Amino acid sequence: MARIILWGGLKALANGANELDSDAKNVRALLDELVELYPGLKPRLNKGVSVAIDGEIFRDNWFAEIKPDSTVHVLPLLAGG
Amino acid sequence: MNYQSEVSPDARKFKSIGTRPLRPDGLDKVTGKARFGADVSAPGMLHGVILRSPHAHALIKSIDTSKAEAAEGVHAVVTRADFGSDFDNPDVMDNVMAGKKALYDGHTVAAIAASSEAAARKALKLIKVEYEVLKGVTDVDAALAPDAPILHEDMVPDGVDPAPTKPTNIAHRHEFGHGDVDKGFKEADIIIERSFKTEAAHQGYIEPHACLATLGSDGRGELWCCTQGHYYVRELCADLLKIEESQLRVTASEIGGGFGGKTTVFIEPVALALSKKSNRPVKIVMSRNEVFRASGPTASSSVDVKIGVKKDGRITAGFANLRYQGGAYPGSPVEFGAMSAFACYDLENVKTVGYDIVTNRPKQVAYRAPGAPMAAFAIESVVDELAKKVGMDPIEFRLKNASSAGSKSSYGPTFSDIGLALTLETAKNHPHYSAPLGPNQGRGVACGFWFNFGGQTSVSLAVNADGTVGLSVGTPDIGGSRASLSLMVAEEMGVEYEKVRAIIADTASLGYNDVTDGSRVTFASGIAAIEASRNACKVMCARAAKTWGIPEDAVVWEDGHAKPAGSNAGDFKPMSLVEIAANASSTGGPIAGHHEINADGAGVSFSTHLADVEVDPETGRAEVVRYTVFQDAGKAIHPSYVEGQFQGGAVQGIGWALNEEYIYDNEGRLQNPGFLDYRIPVASDLPMIDAVILEVPNPGHPYGVRGVGETSIVPPLATVANALAAAAGIRMTDIPMSPPKVLKAIDEAK
Repeated sequence: MARIILWGGLKALANGANELDSDAKNVRALLDELVELYPGLKPRLNKGVSVAIDGEIFRDNWFAEIKPDSTVHVLPLLAGG
Repeated sequence: MNYQSEVSPDARKFKSIGTRPLRPDGLDKVTGKARFGADVSAPGMLHGVILRSPHAHALIKSIDTSKAEAAEGVHAVVTRADFGSDFDNPDVMDNVMAGKKALYDGHTVAAIAASSEAAARKALKLIKVEYEVLKGVTDVDAALAPDAPILHEDMVPDGVDPAPTKPTNIAHRHEFGHGDVDKGFKEADIIIERSFKTEAAHQGYIEPHACLATLGSDGRGELWCCTQGHYYVRELCADLLKIEESQLRVTASEIGGGFGGKTTVFIEPVALALSKKSNRPVKIVMSRNEVFRASGPTASSSVDVKIGVKKDGRITAGFANLRYQGGAYPGSPVEFGAMSAFACYDLENVKTVGYDIVTNRPKQVAYRAPGAPMAAFAIESVVDELAKKVGMDPIEFRLKNASSAGSKSSYGPTFSDIGLALTLETAKNHPHYSAPLGPNQGRGVACGFWFNFGGQTSVSLAVNADGTVGLSVGTPDIGGSRASLSLMVAEEMGVEYEKVRAIIADTASLGYNDVTDGSRVTFASGIAAIEASRNACKVMCARAAKTWGIPEDAVVWEDGHAKPAGSNAGDFKPMSLVEIAANASSTGGPIAGHHEINADGAGVSFSTHLADVEVDPETGRAEVVRYTVFQDAGKAIHPSYVEGQFQGGAVQGIGWALNEEYIYDNEGRLQNPGFLDYRIPVASDLPMIDAVILEVPNPGHPYGVRGVGETSIVPPLATVANALAAAAGIRMTDIPMSPPKVLKAIDEAK
């Protein structure tokens, strides 16, 4: 199972959890799973997040593949100037 | 996509990439032909002006516009009542036009469109606004005091456990890190703790915001405006005006600087509302006073840092508590500050906590690497002190702790190939680092990091009958992208750079394009331009194949020609782009290429800066006498523009470090809304900024490009502070390090 790590700002919205294991095969499935597990995350996730899979950051890509041994970080949506 | 095979050192010998041709917009700009935001007019056009709150925090009890509406020349007056409700972007709406409260000095309260600007300004005085003035707060730490005025009665922060039961001025709490910092600090031989503050700095773009709007009662409109992202402007205006996006055509003007400050809307929805009400085109041009008071500067910050180190120079733990105020609405870039703060270092134990705080200031807007310079100022200042404490050269200290491939970043993901160590090694071996210093001079070094990203981009190009190429992109050119994208098309198609003309297309002409920000355009629009070129070349190969009567896959594109792929394909003379283009009508019609992408793989960016600063012990004035930037560009498409980005970021960072600040009085009124009192550096204030381009190719781009627009503003605050510390023996923790503060510190140190 992939290891999922939520950034600290999401912890309070995820019933105190910030790490979990997941069978999600891609970003879309992961986000759906997170909302199902922790409905409090929905508004924050809907605003947009970036997802780093094994170090590579995807800013908004539902279909980025998550492998069973992946480490995934859910991060704030990257922006810039 | 991964272009690893294309970016290996021997994969390709470039012809156009890496050259320094003349900029395509240069002649128009120096001769005054370029059309900026305020340079267009329309028949029957009205002039819009804005009434702004003189109070930092006040309830708006009533607004009487009747006398203004009756004034000579006035065609329309709008207030918040002229906009609808239920917005997707409620804070943007409230910032564009105040609702129940005025939340900062300069907040828009009403607007008038009249036949002349003079008539509009005269009528502005006839609008009667009844305020109930409230106590305000502009300082980030004061906003957290138990008795601080509360801006939003419904604001309860997320990310805080347990959630507060009363409203606060904290919008969000963020936390990043890994390991056990308490354990790490116990292992340390030396621990340094410091607190730092930075004032807000404005992006300081030369061109104030300006627009010309037309919107009919049928919901169809056009908007010409000065922006970094006209698609986003369309999206926001459609939301605030309740119109369909397809009915609003937005054209981006030439832009006189943005640096992140033109990534949202201020006057555009107001001009559209005035136009709709008056049924006339309406033009609004901000004054510099309005730009300072009512467009977004960056956040101000207050940061506590604690770093522990072993005697051998290895950092055992790092912690930072970052508090950024982002003006009157949530959205300070504190999460990026908290993510980037320790990104340069490979740490076992690291933790950052960030608080997004609201105050009675204009809503902050992105400014080059938003949130990172303030964090880097704090961290890199303490790192400098620690290096001295353990008796190590500051570059050696950084190299010992530097992030590299395989390092778990302080914000989570593990880094792949990165160029930080290369920037440090190059700086260490550069003549600047060993050059002798004069009296009262000191040398400083600091590192910086920025994420970079790609984003949505749509590009189209057309091969014209005369063999020239028209390139349409949807990302406004704020840093030379027309030149860099034209170079990429020239490289791919094998045509001369001068034969490619790039334009910024309007919102009706291309698919959605994200804003020009995040150092993304040369990267993401570059990928799209290259792939669009490749698509057009495929079409041209097919036309040649048809002409020769051979299969399409038996033809390849090389050096601007379609050629048989090998001897088996037949013996045909290569057909040039010019020949194929000339016969396009007879071989199948127009030849074009396009590409759409939501690009990932931008690759992070690091830099190291060196500064020599001379301090006048009599006045406290600090002068930068030598400055060198070392940064990884992946691949420099047009090296002059890359150097320009390095230099520009450094200069803006130096101004932020030494002079620039928002100064408020006790009532929250901005005291220096002009360039006389808000002092940005000019050419005579600075030495030539030397730029050293390093190239560690990014496999996420066909040529290895990394964004270069933002990282260069991250290190200067700390670089200058560290140089000043070396020159005068004082550790400045409060930005800007203006002469009175420096003189006070010198006197206190005596």
